[in-house]
Amino acid sequence: MEPDMTAPGKEKSRWLGAYAALVFTFLYLPVLVLIVYSFNGGGVGGFPPRNLTLDWYRQLLEDSALWDSVLNSLVVALSAMVISIALGLPAALALDRVSFPGKALFRRLVLLPLILPGIITGLSLLMLVVMIGLKLSLLTIILGHGTALIAVATTEVFAGLQKADRAQEEASLDLGANHWQTFWRVTLANLKLPVIGAALLIFTLSMDEIAVSFFLIGRDNTLPLEIWSRLRRGMTPEINAVSTIIFLFSLTMIVIWYRLRVRGGEDATDIAVAATEEIA
Amino acid sequence: MFPRAYKIAVSLPPITWVLLFLLLPYSVLFLYSFWTVTPSQQIVHQWNTSNYRELLQVPVYLEVLLRSMRIAGTVTLLSLLLGYPLAYFVSFHAGARKELLYQLVIIPLWVSYLVRAYAWKTILGSDGVLNTLLQYLHITSHPQQFLLYSPFAVVLTLTHIYTPFTFLPIYAAMEHIPRPLVEASQDLGATPMHTFWRVILPLSIPGAIAGATFSFVLSLGDFLAPLLVGGPSGIMISNIVVSLFGAAYNWPLGAAISACMMLLVIALLFATERLEKKWSLT
Amino acid sequence: MEQPFTAAAPPMSPNTVSKALLSVRSVAKQFGNRIVLRDCSLDVAEGEFLSVLGESGSGKTTLLRLIAGFEACSDGEIWMVGQRLDLLPPYKRCVNTVFQHYALFPHLSVFDNVAYGLRVCGTPPTEVRSRVEEALTMVKMCAYAHASPAKISGGQQQRVALARALVNRPRLLLLDEPLSALDANLRRQMQLELKTLQRELGIAFLFVTHDQEEAMTMSDRIALLHGGEVEQVANPQTIYRMPATAYVAQFIGQTNLLHARVTGGIAECGGLRWPTAQGNGPATYSLRPECIVPGAVSPPSEGGCVRFRARLVAQVFQGATKLWQIECPSGFRLMVRTSARGGAGEMDFAFSVEDVVWVRD
Repeated sequence: MEPDMTAPGKEKSRWLGAYAALVFTFLYLPVLVLIVYSFNGGGVGGFPPRNLTLDWYRQLLEDSALWDSVLNSLVVALSAMVISIALGLPAALALDRVSFPGKALFRRLVLLPLILPGIITGLSLLMLVVMIGLKLSLLTIILGHGTALIAVATTEVFAGLQKADRAQEEASLDLGANHWQTFWRVTLANLKLPVIGAALLIFTLSMDEIAVSFFLIGRDNTLPLEIWSRLRRGMTPEINAVSTIIFLFSLTMIVIWYRLRVRGGEDATDIAVAATEEIA
Repeated sequence: MFPRAYKIAVSLPPITWVLLFLLLPYSVLFLYSFWTVTPSQQIVHQWNTSNYRELLQVPVYLEVLLRSMRIAGTVTLLSLLLGYPLAYFVSFHAGARKELLYQLVIIPLWVSYLVRAYAWKTILGSDGVLNTLLQYLHITSHPQQFLLYSPFAVVLTLTHIYTPFTFLPIYAAMEHIPRPLVEASQDLGATPMHTFWRVILPLSIPGAIAGATFSFVLSLGDFLAPLLVGGPSGIMISNIVVSLFGAAYNWPLGAAISACMMLLVIALLFATERLEKKWSLT
Repeated sequence: MEQPFTAAAPPMSPNTVSKALLSVRSVAKQFGNRIVLRDCSLDVAEGEFLSVLGESGSGKTTLLRLIAGFEACSDGEIWMVGQRLDLLPPYKRCVNTVFQHYALFPHLSVFDNVAYGLRVCGTPPTEVRSRVEEALTMVKMCAYAHASPAKISGGQQQRVALARALVNRPRLLLLDEPLSALDANLRRQMQLELKTLQRELGIAFLFVTHDQEEAMTMSDRIALLHGGEVEQVANPQTIYRMPATAYVAQFIGQTNLLHARVTGGIAECGGLRWPTAQGNGPATYSLRPECIVPGAVSPPSEGGCVRFRARLVAQVFQGATKLWQIECPSGFRLMVRTSARGGAGEMDFAFSVEDVVWVRD
């Protein structure tokens, strides 16, 4: 129950509320401008926007190079998702239940790619790849994403483990199931939501990832890198259009992710806490 | 409670992977920093510290590093100035709309970095929205050049991107503050303002430290925003690294700079972690 | 036969206002569609220990929060010494609260916690020091002045919370189930200490609890809350011997509820008859199990005794006494509390007419 901030407090609330509105404007205005201008007949820039048109979106549809990169991104994102979860889930279990030498170091190491600037992780992997003699390609990007995003899977699953009722596993053992059966029937069942949530998040982050991909790219571009290379050449209104689409896509993903977690019985607090506790 | 086989099956794969693909690469980075490159672009695997000496002796590197730290520091300050009051508002004053407002803040976080950086490019350009708007309103008579391709643009863009990052841990910390504490404070005679200074602020400092660390570290190592909106005066340390791995082909030197950056970041993380522990109590 | 003391609020005369320290008048509170308090009226006298008793959901904590200022009344008024209290924010009220989970500030030491209210008002440091030490001595926590709240036990935290509230010398202290988190022994000890403290200080205590034994032990008066209204306000003896309603009779201790029919001044239920002042028609009465005495010897009574025979059906051994279930020839069953020895077959029982109390439904 919120404390009753009566009369004198209300004054301050108003200023604070105005300030908050200002911050929200700052956060959203640029993107809204972008979206508006994706319909702008006059192309990029200029004010006010005129000649509302869908031309740029039409051009987008015919841009085969762009669609190739979208396909590449999808392949990378899905593969990275599989790798990250396949490794992140056991990592979370290990952190939760097993004590082994170097556990603290392991935990920090796993989380490092999230807090270190992407360039460092990207370069490190690049140098390793070159030393091994592996050619740069989508595979190396998959490697990079999969590794860097293990932390996301670990964090989500770990939070899910903390919330789960331990007694359920004990009940399962008590009823005659062995550890493997318990794992499949009880543990994993409880982790369904966190895993799906992690999958969504990893997918979205991978689709947008540039810093690490930048160094591991071969001949095939991912979508962000394709856009990037075009940006370097010059701005086109087509990019506004594709940016708008990306925005809407990410928006959808994140709303779904959020709803999933809320359905799993958490509120904004838990999610914020989980998202930052492990990292910070 | 768990059998040995279970424990091994669960720990071995991730540990192995992490050792191979995280610890090893980071170590290789360090390794490279001690090698050199010949003019014919061959990497000489000979151990010496010439790269580090070059970093210390040639002034441009320190200059750019300092500029990067200045920019990162400014971004951190600004994102705290924006993110902290926002977190306080959403946590304590938003009432029924709290959930919605929280969602509104985290949405930009997950929306493409490129999209957001690019948006500023379109707005700040000499032919961009802001300039044309200003001229349209007769506030200025010609395009303001400093808006784009300057440290100013980099700071603006990075602040825009990292403010939600800063917001998150602060909000989490504030949500962790039990509401009875706020009530107790008011019960004992403290006005909401007083309560903020004496109770909410001290208890949210660990979150602020975490948020500040986030935005500082990530801004420091950012190379995309400078490339998009920074121009020559907005170059940051990571851009130098990028060029050393690109046209200026000197991987060892690039590795040395990256290694320094990495050490700096890790040192910072340790320091802030200890600071957080000192401030955090419950 | 006497009408039990009810909670009907006395007419609002200036006398009433100035006599009572706190006056809650027809206060109502609802959250959205949920009505928590309906029409709640209560007076707290200077220096009295008043318990607000009720089951969960009865609205007792809400009432406390309204007085403290953390919620606003949906309807009604709260007055304190001739001033409207409910219009003031919590930090302007001369009321302090001891929270259920203590709400000690984790980032402040015990000393700083207790000093909080004084410092906020700008009390000079020397005075702060002496008053805090005085308060800590009162709750026997002087040795822990520089400890952190995380490092002391629950009972100790509770004392600090108490000191923190009392150091401000409020006229009214609100306590929100402060002993519920303590184990039984500690709770009994704290009950004694709280009561002693309250007597020494002369501050009015408004004590919220769901534990009727606790309320009976400690209070000068008890206000029983039910369904958002005050069922009865009286001292422990009165509320026990002369419950106002069936709910009160059943909530406090155990009782036999007799749903009787009155004709011509005689109430009849299950074959039993007793004289009553109620009018004709259905009426409910409360008869405490310990008031029914087995055997031929009658309990002392001015209004006369009711004798009857019944058969012992079951008994529960409860240490000092036993709880019997007896069945009258009519099939009507009653509970009896006694330490007598039971027998087979029909036995004699008797109860005094004074002990059969009419209660409202």
